[in-house]
Amino acid sequence: MQGVKEKALELLSSGKVQRVLGWKTGEFFYDLTPAVFESTAEIESDFVYNVFSGANLSKYLIKESKKEGKIAVFLKPCDSFSFVQLQKEHRINRENIYAVGVQCDGKCDGESLRALGLEGLLSVDGEETLTVHTLYGDKTIEKKDALLGKCKTCKSKKIASFDEIIGEQGEDLESGRFEEIKKLEAMTPDERFSFWQGELSKCIRCNACRNVCPACSCEKCVFDNPASGVQNKAVADSFEEKLFHIIRAFHVTARCTDCGECSRVCPQNIPLHLLNRKFIKDINELYGTYQAGADMQSRPPLMDFSFDDPECSEVLAKGGNGK
Amino acid sequence: MREPLIPMIGVVTDIRVDTPDVKTFRVVGLDGKKPFIHIPGQCAMLSVPGIGEALFSITSSPTDEEYLEFSIKKCGCVTEWLHAMEPGQQITIRGPYGNGFPVDTDFAGKDLLFIGGGIGLAPLHSVINYCRANRSKYGKIDIVYGSRSKQDLVDFEEILNVWCKEDGINVHLTIDNPQPDWDGHVGFVPSFVKELNPDTSKTVVMCGPPIMIKFTLDGLMELGFERTNIYTTMELRMKCALGKCGRCNIGNKYVCKDGPVFRFDQLDELPDEY
Amino acid sequence: MKRIALTELNSLFASINERMNLFIPANDESGQSHFTKWHDGLPLSRNLNTVRSAKDAFFPQVENLMGFKVNGKQIELTGMGDEVEDFAFFGVRACDAKSFEILDRVFLMEPADTYCEKRRNNCTVISLACSRPSETCFCTTFGIDPASPKGDVTCWIKGDFLYWEPNTDKGNELTNVLSVLSDCDDTEVNSAKEEIHQITERLPLKELNLSSFGPGKTKALFDRPEWKTLSEACLGCGTCTFVCPTCQCYDIEEFANGDSVKRFRCWDSCMYSDFTMMSAGQPRPTQTERFRQRFMHKLVYFPDNNDGTYSCVGCGRCLRKCPVHLNIVKVIKTLEEVAE
Repeated sequence: MQGVKEKALELLSSGKVQRVLGWKTGEFFYDLTPAVFESTAEIESDFVYNVFSGANLSKYLIKESKKEGKIAVFLKPCDSFSFVQLQKEHRINRENIYAVGVQCDGKCDGESLRALGLEGLLSVDGEETLTVHTLYGDKTIEKKDALLGKCKTCKSKKIASFDEIIGEQGEDLESGRFEEIKKLEAMTPDERFSFWQGELSKCIRCNACRNVCPACSCEKCVFDNPASGVQNKAVADSFEEKLFHIIRAFHVTARCTDCGECSRVCPQNIPLHLLNRKFIKDINELYGTYQAGADMQSRPPLMDFSFDDPECSEVLAKGGNGK
Repeated sequence: MREPLIPMIGVVTDIRVDTPDVKTFRVVGLDGKKPFIHIPGQCAMLSVPGIGEALFSITSSPTDEEYLEFSIKKCGCVTEWLHAMEPGQQITIRGPYGNGFPVDTDFAGKDLLFIGGGIGLAPLHSVINYCRANRSKYGKIDIVYGSRSKQDLVDFEEILNVWCKEDGINVHLTIDNPQPDWDGHVGFVPSFVKELNPDTSKTVVMCGPPIMIKFTLDGLMELGFERTNIYTTMELRMKCALGKCGRCNIGNKYVCKDGPVFRFDQLDELPDEY
Repeated sequence: MKRIALTELNSLFASINERMNLFIPANDESGQSHFTKWHDGLPLSRNLNTVRSAKDAFFPQVENLMGFKVNGKQIELTGMGDEVEDFAFFGVRACDAKSFEILDRVFLMEPADTYCEKRRNNCTVISLACSRPSETCFCTTFGIDPASPKGDVTCWIKGDFLYWEPNTDKGNELTNVLSVLSDCDDTEVNSAKEEIHQITERLPLKELNLSSFGPGKTKALFDRPEWKTLSEACLGCGTCTFVCPTCQCYDIEEFANGDSVKRFRCWDSCMYSDFTMMSAGQPRPTQTERFRQRFMHKLVYFPDNNDGTYSCVGCGRCLRKCPVHLNIVKVIKTLEEVAE
């Protein structure tokens, strides 16, 4: 996308900001790393915004916005929801941030290309139709088939908060993101239990989902605290890993913006976002539609009270069947 | 094939209260004998199943033939449990681990200066009593020991009634702040050592809190001591004590097996990560 | 040299599985491959680069060490670890096969870890030459030949056949009872090797410059300012360590259920904030120190203690799986460039 790198250079060289948070070029064409740039030379040589800029940068602002000086950050629409949510939770220092919203048409990564059967990825050409040059010949694929899971069910192209925007401001989308949840809800409790048992038993407790999650911003996670009594790096029984993920899902309920980073980073491809999305759907149905991180004003339904709130009995009756 | 991670069962036969937060535990095997033979400065893994396992330096001297002793300060989960138990309690024990002090080689024939702070006396206690038991092998022995208060001096009775009364041993005690029943030296260990102005030919063995080590070392350097003549013991988090679990790795050393005893010239070679 | 038609692979697996539990790389629903317990009809994945490495065979994620029964002041030792039956790992790539030697240097070093030793003794390693290396592969940097993996048996796939050559007594023993294999010469295997070498010649990371690393480089590397920028984006998760075939740090924890206590060990990661945490303090307070420890250990400390052997086999798993694409190749290239 045009103009992003130029904006980074302009912001830094004009002195408007002292640092820039963006994506840094990698070893290959697809392995970009979030990075803080402090000089125009670094930006010139390493800054990149392209179809592989999938990582959500907003969580880095917790640390970066507490440092001296102002930092510019580039936010895709989904990242901007996390950005707002972090502000709402007083996790970041907004005055130290210059937020540049960037239009996004969906992202890919090495793993999403490999999932299409591509091996030995060397380089890529094209925008919507991608020609991937590999060790084993050239392959042409449609970008829409190679999108990250989170992009396939993108909820909104709208940038929720910004100081300026590059490209077009977008709209909320009818993404059908709850269709996957309806499939789960249609299962019998036994089927659903075995679905989650199967998925969550793949967990290797690497904590990537938690550490990448912008909603997981506790300074010390209870699962890392030896004094908590629940610290564990391994499963003591077959329910243990579910405990970790279920507790995490509860803890981020109504704060999770559905950015999808948890599923993107899971090395075992566990569809963790489904747990969070189920909670989002339940909240929408019980308390009215609510999108975490959409704005600064709305009160999170689980931290608010109104006389219209459903009675406990209604919540209980809903039970596990999603009816 | 003996699995080194599997401990033996030990019995705590005696518990002595040393200070408000230090107790000394006497441990024997189920057969009533000493669990194993060790070198001063070595450690053992003690555990209370259900609470956890932790590494402790062995306080007793190898010359105590009936038992092992551990002086333990209350500062965490396992130690709190140990402090709460009663004699007759069984625990698990495995060891000995680590290199220990070179008591029969580098220390032999030398004048020794022991410098301890607080619970840092624990590993020194073992080597001091070993040297006392093999008195003819060593030259003069000086002991500088300090703690927050008189009550916090570990093994005070033994120091007063045994060590202080032996020929060729000079004990210099200090506490951080004045108190009514104390007529000895008041002040921190590092400055006390400088005041004493010990002979730089002595071999120094130092153990205590990191801040004491740092300033005492600076003082010794000013006095003209060689780093090759100063020993200390290190403590890092450990799980296996076998050089495998990776926790106590600093540079190319594992504190559990290459240490815990290091000379300062050896520590200088390691990255500053302890 | 023996061989079997690829169409008969299932019967080969069945014959092996009759004698020992067989694990092969097989795809999950999402198309990723994992070492999976074989059952009749389970096809071999063409993707040998499993998500988790083959170290699971000897160093499982969780393993029971022992049990205790606590009764008042009495303690009784009960149970000494898990039972381990004979098993075979089929489809081990050259990099993973090499990683076993590195794990041995830790676990079998005196005093040997008998849990690992038992698994090592009970396992037959059947490696498979790597006919489709990936752009993330750099085993050749560490002198590993992907066309000639080590193991009790080495296999190659070429044309319509799987070729099979035993290397050890264990391998011979197994080969002797596998009547499904038939004799052949090594012409096809030689041409398979040649084809693999043609691909490895074109690998972008085939020859990394390791001159800045190895024994004795601690002082030169430890205080390099690049560690800070290299580790800046690190999330502090354990993905790289857990998918790594040579990372072997572990934790020992207990699970108490009333009076019966299970002591187990599980994978641990130097990337975790509590790895070195003590009641007295934290020697590695920020992610920069933890990040540095992982790479210094692989590239300097381990070689220091092991005749120059690096604790990396170039399998490329960390390149694929790091959520923010930090990895050992970036570390090697960053610290190497400046040193020149």
